[in-house]
Formats: sequence, C-alpha cells, structure tokens
Amino acid sequence: MIQVNQLTKRYGPVTAIQDVSFSVEKGQIVGFLGPNGAGKSTTMKILACFMPASSGSARVAGYDVFSQSLEVRRRIGYLPENAPLYADLTVASYLDFVAEIKGVSRGSRKARVAEVMERCFFADMQHRMIGKLSKGYRQRVGLAQALLGDPEVLILDEPTIGLDPKQITEIRSLIRSLAGQHTVILSTHILPEVSMVCDGVIIINRGRIVAQGTESELIGQMFPTARLQVRVAGDSEDVERALRSLPGVLSVERLQSRDGAAGFIVETPRDRDVRDELVQLVLSRGWRLRELHQVGMSLEEVFIRVVAGEEADTVAEEAS
Amino acid sequence: MRWLPVFKKEMRLYFGSPVAYVVSTFFLLISGWFFSQIFLYYSELSMRSFMQPQFGQNLNITENVMRPLFTNMSVVLLFFIPMLTMRLFAEEKKSGTIELLLTYPVRDGEVLAGKYLAAGAFYVLLLALTLLYPGLVGYFTRVEWGPILTGYLGLLLLGGTFLAIGIFVSSLTENQIVAGFGTFAVLLSLWVIGWGAEFAAGTLRTLLQYLSITDHMDGFSRGVIDTKDLVYYATAMGLALFLTLRSLESKRWRG
Repeated sequence: MIQVNQLTKRYGPVTAIQDVSFSVEKGQIVGFLGPNGAGKSTTMKILACFMPASSGSARVAGYDVFSQSLEVRRRIGYLPENAPLYADLTVASYLDFVAEIKGVSRGSRKARVAEVMERCFFADMQHRMIGKLSKGYRQRVGLAQALLGDPEVLILDEPTIGLDPKQITEIRSLIRSLAGQHTVILSTHILPEVSMVCDGVIIINRGRIVAQGTESELIGQMFPTARLQVRVAGDSEDVERALRSLPGVLSVERLQSRDGAAGFIVETPRDRDVRDELVQLVLSRGWRLRELHQVGMSLEEVFIRVVAGEEADTVAEEAS
Repeated sequence: MRWLPVFKKEMRLYFGSPVAYVVSTFFLLISGWFFSQIFLYYSELSMRSFMQPQFGQNLNITENVMRPLFTNMSVVLLFFIPMLTMRLFAEEKKSGTIELLLTYPVRDGEVLAGKYLAAGAFYVLLLALTLLYPGLVGYFTRVEWGPILTGYLGLLLLGGTFLAIGIFVSSLTENQIVAGFGTFAVLLSLWVIGWGAEFAAGTLRTLLQYLSITDHMDGFSRGVIDTKDLVYYATAMGLALFLTLRSLESKRWRG
C-alpha cells in the first residue's frame, strides 16, 4: 500500500532524511519511532504530498506522491503534527467543510460528520469554536477530519499527543479498530504505544532507518538470547554450578541474594526453554524454588540500544 | 471544480470573525462621509448658480457628485482592500492549516479560486451597500444611471485588481502584517507612479500614465468604457493571480 524507495530530503544544507526505504502492506498499522528531529514528520509530509522529496520516490496506493499527487490525496487522511485547525470555525462547520472538500456527497455529509464525531468522542462539542477547545479535543477533531471520506491510507503524525490517559486509551483502540480496512502509518515517541497499537515498527534516527520489522523480530535481532530470572534457597555456589551445567544454558549471572535465596539471571538461546529442566534440577537437589520468570526484552530496550548504538558509532567516527 | 467548499469556508471565516463587520462599518462610514461632503458642496454650488445663472452652465450631478465620489472611494479602497486579503494565505501558513488544505484532493487553482471569489463576493457586497448614495440622489433629483453603472463597473475592476495583488502578496509571507503592509505599499506605488508623469516626457510619460492604477478608473466614472482600461485591469488581475498560483505551486517542488 505504501512503498518508499531511497527517499532523501534536504532543507538547504541540512539533510532531514536520507535513503529512507520501507513498505507497508494493506491493512497494517505501522509505527514510526524515533527521537525528536529524527525525520518522522518530514517523511510523513512527503507521503501526504505536502512537499516533495529531494530524491527517491514514494508510492501510496499505487500512485506516485509527486507526479500523481491528486490521486494520492484522494486516498489519504492526514493528521499533521499538532493538528492545525481553523480557530474561528465551529467544530461542526469545520468538519462539514472537510467532508465537502473531500468529496463526500451532499446527502450523506451530515451522517458522515456525525459518525466521525461519535467515533472520536466529541459529539457534545460540535457547536463550540475550535479555538476555544482544549488541546485534547483539538487533537481529536484533527483525527476526525483525517477519518472523513473513509480514506484507504491514514497518515497520523503523533495522534495521541496532548491527550489525557483515558483519551489515549480510547484513541488507541480507535486506531487499532482501523486495522484491516485501513492502512495506517503513525509516528510517536511513546514506545508502549507502538507495542499496543502497531503491527510493525520502523525506527528512524537522524534521518536514517536504523531498524524495521515486527516487535518480536526486532527483539529477536537485538537480543538473540532469552533470559530467566531465578531465585533459589540453597547453597549459592552449588546452585550456580548446577545451573551452569544445565544443557542449553549459555551463561549465569549472579544477582544479590534476598531472604536467604540467591538470585541468578540464566541466559539461553531464544528457542531453548530450560524452565522444566531447571525446576526438576532444583527439586531433585532438595533446594527450594522462590522465583522463576522470563525477563522480557521490551521495544524500549531495543530502541535505546539502536539509538544509543548509533550515537556511539558517530562519536567513535568523529574521534578517529 | 472544487472551489465551492473553500469559498464557503472563507465566507464563514469573514463573517465568523469581526473582520467583515469592522471593514464594512468603517468603509461605509468613510465613504458616507465623503458622499455627504460632496453632496453638500454640490447643493451649495447649485444654490449659487441659481443666484448667478452665468456660473451654473454645466452643473451636472454625475460629473460633480458621482465622479468625485468614485475617485474618493478608489483611494479609500487602497487602504481597505489589504485588510481583506492579508489573512487569506498568510494566516494559513502561520497556523499550519495550509498543510491540511493543500493535502486535500483539490487543485491549487481551486483553492485560489475559492479564496479569491470569497474576497470578491465580500467586496461586491460592500459596493452594493454604497448603492445607497446614488439611490439617495435619485430620490431627490433625476440621475443618469448609465455613467453610475460604468462607475461601479470601474470600481469592480479596480477592486478585483487590488484583491488579486493582495492575495498574491499574502501568498508570499506567513506574517499577516507584512502581507497587509506589503499590499498597501504595492497599491500605493501603483497609484502615485502616475504623478511622475507630470515631470516626465515622451514614452516615459505615457508609460507612467498608463501604469497608474487609479487613473484607469477615471474613464469609467465619466461613463466611458475604454478597452485600454479594460485591458489594463484584466492583465493586472490575470498576472497577479497567475503569480499567486506559481507561488503556491512552487511549494510542491521547492518544499
């Protein structure tokens, strides 16, 4: 649905994004992740046909964003950063304008506007001036205008910014419910949001894509091993030795002991589950198991490692 | 053409904010003041000519009331039109709404048409309100409607040109004050440039005279429709709108 190929954008001497390539399948929700100023908004502006790339190409729904811009724009819903809206219009008249400009037929316009207001939870605000709305409501009006006209592709730049926790949950489940019929690309710097909402992740840092895939793929790539945290009451030296000798165990790391039970982090290959053997070992030796759980590798750790790794590389480059 | 939604939105913005009311109130106040002064002067003149018939040979209501009124109104418009056009693109750029507007499935030309026609419609409304003055005159005495209609045609063309220049300047900046003042400066220069003709000679003189934006109004207010004036306004309007379109389109390839 979205194919981006070697996209580069320069603002004068500053390169905002460089050689960005990715693709998004129909019906998928993809999260664009990156620190501030990484080039997320630039990429989205290009995809939404607001500005051209310096080089490279991008196709949305099979149309080129530069040469077939009008066709692309008929098929997208775009929410720019900070949801810019006309402060001097009421919510209802603004959405009516958007529906009309997107070509929603006169007969169904009222119903469509009412529907998006309902979906984005602000039907009670329809007669208020947009300029008088709180940030959270404005953000939701922005999302509603993107949904109008039922576009195939949604490009959402930080859709949950400025919302309170309850609204965030509502909007996330709204976006989640779009999966399947709509292709969504959203940017965020809230990491758990990506895990909760998105099928795939693209991590971008300083204008370049540094990692992409599904969350579990990324974790698999970054952290090829699985880790277990165990706490066993017994002679710590013996326990450590026994754990090391378990087949499949790559390394054992000692943690501080608590309540007379020694703690360990046991590292194994990702596809090897040693929990059953470990429990049997402990029982057969007459030790007492106090704790056993997998230590999850989160997207957050992937992100930090990828972004920090980049930074370390450039520091090294600059030093040499 | 998808200009209609943009047109309706701009009209809502004009009338949903104080802009429309402030501009029309003060425009009517000032042009009404001019009308009453000119009319009072005319009544004094006709009184005098009644006493001394040898002076009042060519006293004529069209020539002595409507013509100076049209001239005065065109100067007042010079100040008021920039207020109507300055926000059209500058505000959208400043607030970022242009990013949404230009990513909707409409052509740049349709966006421009919607905005230009909205400003034009508001201007026509403003002019229609001033029809009160010739109407009043017609109530008291017999008027020739022909020259009054051509006078209004002239004002329409003049205003249309002012609006086109204003919208072009607005598309160049994201600061409304710069847009407003810039438009005013351009219009003012196009007005005063004609004054230079007095001290110039030959081709330069003709050129300066021809460039003056308000001089071309004079024929219309006397009841003359000259193709030279029509061509002047049509080209000026066309050029300004064409440049606006270019300035919008440049966004698409320049970024």
